[in-house]
Amino acid sequence: MLVPKNNASFMRTKILIKIAESFFADRFANADRIPLELRPKEMNPSRCCIYKDRAVLKYRCMAGMGACPEEETDELKTLKSYGEDALSREELPKSKLSVIDIACSACIKAQYMVSNACRGCFAQPCRLNCPKEAITMINGRAHIDPEKCVNCGRCHDVCPYHSIIKVPVPCEEACPVGAITKDEFGKEHIDTEKCISCGKCLASCPFGAIVERSQMVDVLKQLHETENKVVAMLAPAVIGQFPGNPKNLVAALKKAGFDEVIEVAVGADITTQKEAAEFIERQEKGAKLMTTSCCPAYYRAAKVHIPEIQPFVSDTHTPMYYTAELVKKDTPNCKTVFIGPCLAKRVEAEYDPNVDYVLTFEEVGAMFVAAQINVEESGEEEFSKISCAQGRQFPISGGVAGAVQALVGNKADYRPEKIDGLSKENIKLLKRYATKGCENNMLEVMCCEGGCVSGPGCVALPAKATRAVQNYVATGEQLTPETKVGEK
Amino acid sequence: MEKVKIKICSGTSCFVMGAAAIQALEFTPPEDIADKIEIVEVRCMNLCHNVNDKHNHGPFVYVNDELIEEATLEKVINKVRSILNSCNA
Repeated sequence: MLVPKNNASFMRTKILIKIAESFFADRFANADRIPLELRPKEMNPSRCCIYKDRAVLKYRCMAGMGACPEEETDELKTLKSYGEDALSREELPKSKLSVIDIACSACIKAQYMVSNACRGCFAQPCRLNCPKEAITMINGRAHIDPEKCVNCGRCHDVCPYHSIIKVPVPCEEACPVGAITKDEFGKEHIDTEKCISCGKCLASCPFGAIVERSQMVDVLKQLHETENKVVAMLAPAVIGQFPGNPKNLVAALKKAGFDEVIEVAVGADITTQKEAAEFIERQEKGAKLMTTSCCPAYYRAAKVHIPEIQPFVSDTHTPMYYTAELVKKDTPNCKTVFIGPCLAKRVEAEYDPNVDYVLTFEEVGAMFVAAQINVEESGEEEFSKISCAQGRQFPISGGVAGAVQALVGNKADYRPEKIDGLSKENIKLLKRYATKGCENNMLEVMCCEGGCVSGPGCVALPAKATRAVQNYVATGEQLTPETKVGEK
Repeated sequence: MEKVKIKICSGTSCFVMGAAAIQALEFTPPEDIADKIEIVEVRCMNLCHNVNDKHNHGPFVYVNDELIEEATLEKVINKVRSILNSCNA
């Protein structure tokens, strides 16, 4: 996968900032200038010419306004008019990752290639170990017949000179469930039936060709054009995502127009209590295994791709679910906005009537920049409810299993294992655990390696964010099964 | 020898626009400069509000006394190396 921050991801942030600025300036009247401002004439083009750069930028802006480039019907439709659509729509468009076909560089099909480091050696392990007899020696060098090659990689493993290289297709390699594949023209497409919305393809495409629909404009409209009470629900991974302390952030969000700010770590405390109780109950009934259910990408992967594990997935709801339930109970007519590191949460929210919108930290960051809000200098305000240490540790790999362990105590035999990152290999591992059993009886599954602090919607460096979350956990009170969560 | 001082602006604007990524210097600095740099996070220096045209040129980073606009990890590392080289010369 690409390093978390690169030119493609920086551009995505800039686009979101420009869209938010355009909203504030004139409600998108001049939005068609955005691609020109991001790619002025004097700048060196990134692709073949600035005009193609701008065309791609226009599609990326469309996604930033919540439209889907794949569903474009009129190429002449302006960004101004996409902006007007965003401001007038009442219903959110369905969340969807999609490929901008003109931006997709149609990478060559993944393949093994012999580089010029090949010495045409006497041993020829590549040729002898190839199960398909695809390798022959031509002009003193190994040659792979693409018709016969099945991409098993054995030649690559055995070459003493490391002369055989693998050229991957980054998005296909990143997708753990095979949802993104080439069409007849070599361009990539995402199969929405298979997609688990983890965002790994989006983070890995070196051409910035993969986009998802943003709900930022819909939230800006709620904050600035309606009288609705809007409540921000901050995912536990928020700690460390912006400079300043959590109280500064609460104040900054209120400055941005939110009426109330609550930690989803509060809901995570409830998840911890219920999941611990569920674990004990399942153990008493003789269950061999339980897995967590709070990662929405894993939850969907289990449903669609790993049916074997499905019976073992916890029935406890997610921290977002319990938080939104609390908020809507207190203030029935408010609008709730979940703010997190995750793209799959948008899909989860579509099935949760208590969650109205989902934003990423990046989108909130763009809103701050456009509104010229500096978090550190926004003063201090309190969260409307205070979380415990257990709920706070959810966004780090091992955190959920650890939190549940604290509540299970000695009431059951608890042997946790963390599945850190939903890779192709780990999906196979989960299938094996479900069918053949495993040594441990509690599996914590997180789709993003390292936990939610490495999610595709994050702003801060995962290492730095992890440290901040750990410090915050250390200051929290201990949760017990009797704690009345959400009462203070 | 005195360490090269890297001042990274941690105003929200700089942070969101890429200063966060430059903090990688704290965790995984290139070996050749690892023990020769000192990293300081500074509050918003208001440079984003002082630009003449309407474009924000953040993130802003100072390497010793030199200001880097639209800073990236790469630009900062290159600047540090060139300062170290001129000291050695």
